[in-house]
Amino acid sequence: METISLPPEEGACISERQNSILTAGTGRKSIHCADDSLAGSVSQRACVFCGARVVLNPVTDAVHLVHGPIGCAAYTWDIRGSLSSGSEMYRNSFSTDMKERDVVFGGEKKLAACIDEIVEKYHPPAIFVYATCVTGMIGDDIVAVCKEATRHHNTEVIPVESSGFISGNKVVGYRAAALALMRLITPKEGEQIEKTQKLNFLGEYNLSGEMWLARRYLGEMGIEINVAFTGDSTVAALKQAPGACLNLVQCTGSMHWVAQQLEKEFGTPFMDVNFFGAENTSESLRKIARFYDDPVITERTERIIERETARIRPAIERYRQKLAGKRAAIYVGGAYKAVALIRQLRELGMVIVLTGTQTGKTEEYATITSLLDAGAIVVDDTNPAEIERFLIEKKVDVMAGGVKERVLAYKLGVGFVDHNHDRKECLAGFDGAVNFAREVYISTCSPVWKYLRTPTGGA
Amino acid sequence: MAPAGNAGTVRQVNKNQCQHCMPLGAIIAFRGIAGAMALVHGSQGCSTYMRLTCVNHFNEPVDIASSSLNEKQTIHGGEANLKKALDNMRRVYAPSVVGVLTTCLAETMGEDLDRIIRDYQTEQATGCPDIIAVPTPSYSGSHTEGYWAATKAVIAHYARPSGPHRCINVIVPHISPADIREIQRIFTLMGLAITLIPDYSLTLDRPFAGRYQKIPAGGTRPEEIAAMPGAPLTIQFGATCPDNLSPGLWLEQEYGVPLVTLPLPVGIEAADQLLAVLEKISGHPRPESLANERGWLLDAMADAHKHNAEGRAVIYGEPELVYALTRACTENGIAPVVIASGTRASRLASCLEPLLPGLDEQPVVLEETDFAAIEAAALRAGANIAIGHSGGKFFTERHGIPVVRTGFPVHDRVGGQRILSVGYAGTLALLDRITNTLLEQKHGSYRRLRYEETNRTEIMEGI
Repeated sequence: METISLPPEEGACISERQNSILTAGTGRKSIHCADDSLAGSVSQRACVFCGARVVLNPVTDAVHLVHGPIGCAAYTWDIRGSLSSGSEMYRNSFSTDMKERDVVFGGEKKLAACIDEIVEKYHPPAIFVYATCVTGMIGDDIVAVCKEATRHHNTEVIPVESSGFISGNKVVGYRAAALALMRLITPKEGEQIEKTQKLNFLGEYNLSGEMWLARRYLGEMGIEINVAFTGDSTVAALKQAPGACLNLVQCTGSMHWVAQQLEKEFGTPFMDVNFFGAENTSESLRKIARFYDDPVITERTERIIERETARIRPAIERYRQKLAGKRAAIYVGGAYKAVALIRQLRELGMVIVLTGTQTGKTEEYATITSLLDAGAIVVDDTNPAEIERFLIEKKVDVMAGGVKERVLAYKLGVGFVDHNHDRKECLAGFDGAVNFAREVYISTCSPVWKYLRTPTGGA
Repeated sequence: MAPAGNAGTVRQVNKNQCQHCMPLGAIIAFRGIAGAMALVHGSQGCSTYMRLTCVNHFNEPVDIASSSLNEKQTIHGGEANLKKALDNMRRVYAPSVVGVLTTCLAETMGEDLDRIIRDYQTEQATGCPDIIAVPTPSYSGSHTEGYWAATKAVIAHYARPSGPHRCINVIVPHISPADIREIQRIFTLMGLAITLIPDYSLTLDRPFAGRYQKIPAGGTRPEEIAAMPGAPLTIQFGATCPDNLSPGLWLEQEYGVPLVTLPLPVGIEAADQLLAVLEKISGHPRPESLANERGWLLDAMADAHKHNAEGRAVIYGEPELVYALTRACTENGIAPVVIASGTRASRLASCLEPLLPGLDEQPVVLEETDFAAIEAAALRAGANIAIGHSGGKFFTERHGIPVVRTGFPVHDRVGGQRILSVGYAGTLALLDRITNTLLEQKHGSYRRLRYEETNRTEIMEGI
């Protein structure tokens, strides 16, 4: 049974999008996903370059140089709310600012000159050079320019092959970033990185200090983070990555492949973890403790979980009483976050009526669908028209997502939880669970809706 | 003009951009046309970035379609994708006007947009929207140029020989929806009927209505634009608009509509200049309400002048606003010590020229510049207040310089869409914000500073 089929005259749904939408518990089981966006559908997705930039940008002491016309750099300047304990270099946006003549005659010379200028002025330990649509199109050989600059300046100049047109799916950009990271961390001839008892935390970007919070828990357990990929990381720290005994992977979309490579190259095992929500956090800490298989660590872990769970329980319970039975919608970039959000909103007694992602894969959607109650909508690479429809049809009280969804929700008088990468509140760990509950509460139960949700609202 | 930097060295790299790219400005202009929607012909990312930038500033949904070109089409051409995008956006949004804007990618691919669109229109049976193509590659200019180019293209598309009428053409630069509404109010108070273009006063700042309008009501109607050649004159707030992009100049050259170029009416002089023109055209003096607003502004200027005299401003952003802000500063005794824009093609420098001899201190003027150069110049000049968009927050945070936010984008404060700066009332609102920012800084620091000054051991020379 096709659960979503709109007569064309209503005009809100494009027929080719039908297979990218399904209803949990009924009819079709699989969803069409991980494909190019449909032209003209007003997708919420970005591009390959964006995917690469968000993964690499948190490397704090590197220079991020966008090789292309001005726009690509301008739109992604300080795009993530990753915090740094040291250098602020990554918060600058460098561009080769290509003009007509560079497009006509090629941009390699200008790129080389920009690298020279950056090295002379800032002496960064590494420069990431991002390819954009135009440089890909005109065939600038950024690999060769970077290679020559690396040799000439004796500093790491690393190409990121992220021409936007390669795909509208950020995941492809994650791979470009992953390749750049592997290039950076693979030891040079003769270099030896000693193995330690520390772990790497992959797919953790230190948004609002979330990595720091995880580090506190791990520290208390007696475990040290070697380096996070890439939140609050430095070039030197990343180069020590092969020395870890374990890789944790949180944002699976961006980092699973890196973890696989690290296992292949350096024999480091990896495991998926998730620090969003109290249940996920407890589970993840236990999983990590099991890996170390040390009674002292295990005992400490249980103590932390018990203490923290007890500490936050009253607050969570207070919010739960206010939120139980409210209806929530989720639309986020990656599937791992969607799954975590489903769980967290459930912990607050809420009903999830819509879940979607920009970049989910078939098996991830199977997980999402299995978690949801019958009747909930699952959607891949959606657009404003569809979101509007589902928010109204499903009588949603609050939505979790990014900036573009926020303004739409507000126009409909629907509450909103910012779970984007520019957030200012720490949403991970036990403390984050309380912050999250509070964030859901203050929007879902805000007094303003009383004035907006009336028949005369806004009239 | 070469990229500005340290004197004598030619910088190559642009560090921290003061401007956005061309299609973004065109999107905003199309938002001011009734029933219009923009389609960006290029990678998916371009449209998403521009949506994000608009959403962050206007706090409104801004839906922009994309032809979502991928690798295959960059080789074989984007025609099929563009047509499909047109089909799909029409299905969902049913726009009556579509602005097709190119990107760097489409331009570099050498897409023959006019031909593709002509073919598309021929293939459609009936009900095809008006499609207006505007070339807007990022490498050719900033959002300012894109804004003017799109406004001109829309007028050129619709304008028809038209019988004379009394409706005045009013062409506005990229200003806030609140500023557009204020300009409309002033003309209404003067009893003058106008065709204002592009009018995004309601489309990019919508009153809450409990639902989401895919294409929000409002905007300049095509039939009004068609009649622009019959207007008695055009008033274009575009002192810095270059001739080749000037919509008003085009109307004058093509249809003989006399063009009156005015600066944005920010500051007493520029507002007086506008009112003088409007009194002349309408043949009657300003009503009491506007006279009162002028009086309140003068009163405020007197009240605030000594506070303002301590201001050393770094002013940056789009040329038209920068020029207007500079004049507003100088007439209030605030020294504009750095005047900067990221835009390439403008008449900013020649507009500023007549102002310079009257200044006690010569400002540093930077065009086609970046925030690295602005920061360096601001520090050298000892700037103590910044006036411009949110992009300035990075360097000002570092150095403790407060920013009076105005222009585009304002993404770290609410209300970017309703910042009012034009007319007597708008100037007053702006001036109060500037003065109070200076006062807040002074009150927060003067006790400590006076102590430090009077208790230091070394003798200060040259005071």
